Amino acid sequence: MCGIAGIIYRDGMRPIGRDMTRMLQSMKHRGPDSTGFALYGPPQHEAWIMRVKLADANTPRDFDFAQRLTRDRREVERRVQAMGARLHETTNGHHPYALTLTFDYDGDLKPLADRVEDVSRDAEVLSLGRSLEIIKDLGDAETVSSDYHLGSFEGSHAIGHVRMATESDVDISGAHPYWAYPFSDVAVVHNGQLTNYFEWRRRLERSGHRFQSECDSEVIAVYLAEKMAEGRSLEDAMRDSLEELDGVFTYICVTEDALGMAKDELAAKPLVLYESDDLVALASEEIAIREIVDHEIDTYDPFEGEVMVWSR
Amino acid sequence: MESVTRITYDARGLVEPDVTVPRVSEIEDGRATFDATELTTRQINAELRWLLYDQGLEDVTILNPRSRHSIATGILTRCRITIDGSLGYFGATMLDGPEVHIKGRVGWSSCQNMMSGVVVIDGNAGSLTAAALRGGDVVCRGRVGARTGIDQKGGTIIVCGDAGSMTGFMMQRGRQIILGDVGPGLGDSMYDGTIYVGGRVKSLGVDCVPGEWTDADTELIERKFRIYGLGDPPELQKFVCGKQLYNYDTLEPSERKLVL
Repeated sequence: MCGIAGIIYRDGMRPIGRDMTRMLQSMKHRGPDSTGFALYGPPQHEAWIMRVKLADANTPRDFDFAQRLTRDRREVERRVQAMGARLHETTNGHHPYALTLTFDYDGDLKPLADRVEDVSRDAEVLSLGRSLEIIKDLGDAETVSSDYHLGSFEGSHAIGHVRMATESDVDISGAHPYWAYPFSDVAVVHNGQLTNYFEWRRRLERSGHRFQSECDSEVIAVYLAEKMAEGRSLEDAMRDSLEELDGVFTYICVTEDALGMAKDELAAKPLVLYESDDLVALASEEIAIREIVDHEIDTYDPFEGEVMVWSR
Repeated sequence: MESVTRITYDARGLVEPDVTVPRVSEIEDGRATFDATELTTRQINAELRWLLYDQGLEDVTILNPRSRHSIATGILTRCRITIDGSLGYFGATMLDGPEVHIKGRVGWSSCQNMMSGVVVIDGNAGSLTAAALRGGDVVCRGRVGARTGIDQKGGTIIVCGDAGSMTGFMMQRGRQIILGDVGPGLGDSMYDGTIYVGGRVKSLGVDCVPGEWTDADTELIERKFRIYGLGDPPELQKFVCGKQLYNYDTLEPSERKLVL
């Protein structure tokens, strides 16, 4: 069933990590498998932020697991520097397999991300951007949020996802949100299924894109990012997706400064919307929006085939 | 060792047999009011059932429902329930008898499977509102999502705003009065029943056709508008089932032989 949520504040930085945690926790019943966040902090003008996982909860903890992680971490740092990046900092979260790297880099993002992912079979670049950070893991919103210290994350907009796995495995690769590899600062959460997934996956793969997961939702992220790279606006790319992607879906897409929602022709997946002067909040259930708004509110459900975009 | 099986549940349907009724209501002149802010969904429903079935009250107001799901479901007695706020999914479903007034919005799948009674929603409603309605009236003053009244088997649905796609999908009986615009696929695969639309129709579904207006239509519309204080009815279009799906002229030749 899955639950999706999004918030965008129009008046500066707010504790979006805390807000998104509350929203997702209230929708825990929609999907207990994993929880993910895409958070947009204050834009960095110089540095890139890259979130990487080197393993996940399912990876067998064999005798040399810890040494392998240490070795992989060093290898990630070495490769980033070998690509010409000036590494500022590498930090571990609560889990030793989750890394955050900040660095200066002038080159193309794709070869850099490819080199990092090539470190090991389990290695995956979860996000790479000037302000985007994707955090996802198994467990409910409060567990993931406290493990990765998201309660204190300040930013302007965010999306989140609680997952009930239907299309692929229960692991971090199958968890949302999806970064639109290798495009900076584009992420997607999705509720539904794509029926022409393989067609689009093959088409995008032929034009040079790679997919980390077996999950249909990843196609949406790469599809939109490619459209935007060709010069389409976010809104136009999302309108195209309603024509070209087939299935039942409601998804939320975020870029560095905007958040948008799209709903398929049958309106078969829910979304409730609340809009005020300083905040737009949307979620699969109104109960999630009420977690962050303490007064009585008016909400509505977008109709079939609707695309809406809000800017920071 | 002696084993004793005790069935403790209420046949009228307490979801959780052992839930403790909070008994937080203020009861005055046969009316009860309680604040649901601190209560769980189960406690809210237990309190409501305790008031209606045990205390025999017929007028209950619930404050601060905070969009929680499955509130006021399966109430099978005549009573008046006022909900001062919004409900989440499955609100006011499976009713037989009550008059419910929701002073906010409702989420998906609200007012489903109602046998009799009235539900009035002041705000908007999600998709699948009043699905499989068998009797009674559902009035939404705002707009409704997709597939309103899917599988409707009776009763009346009145929507003052717009309605989403596939309104009246697989409708079997009953009436819908939509005052705003409707999305694509209106009345798709309906078997019977009538849909009145005041606004624009994006597209008609399979086998949904314009119907002939009769005096009975005028009388019904005027009566419903009077009851719910909706003012003068606007000009409405009427849509019914074309009954083409009843025919067997699209069969395979071998099947056709059997039928003929």
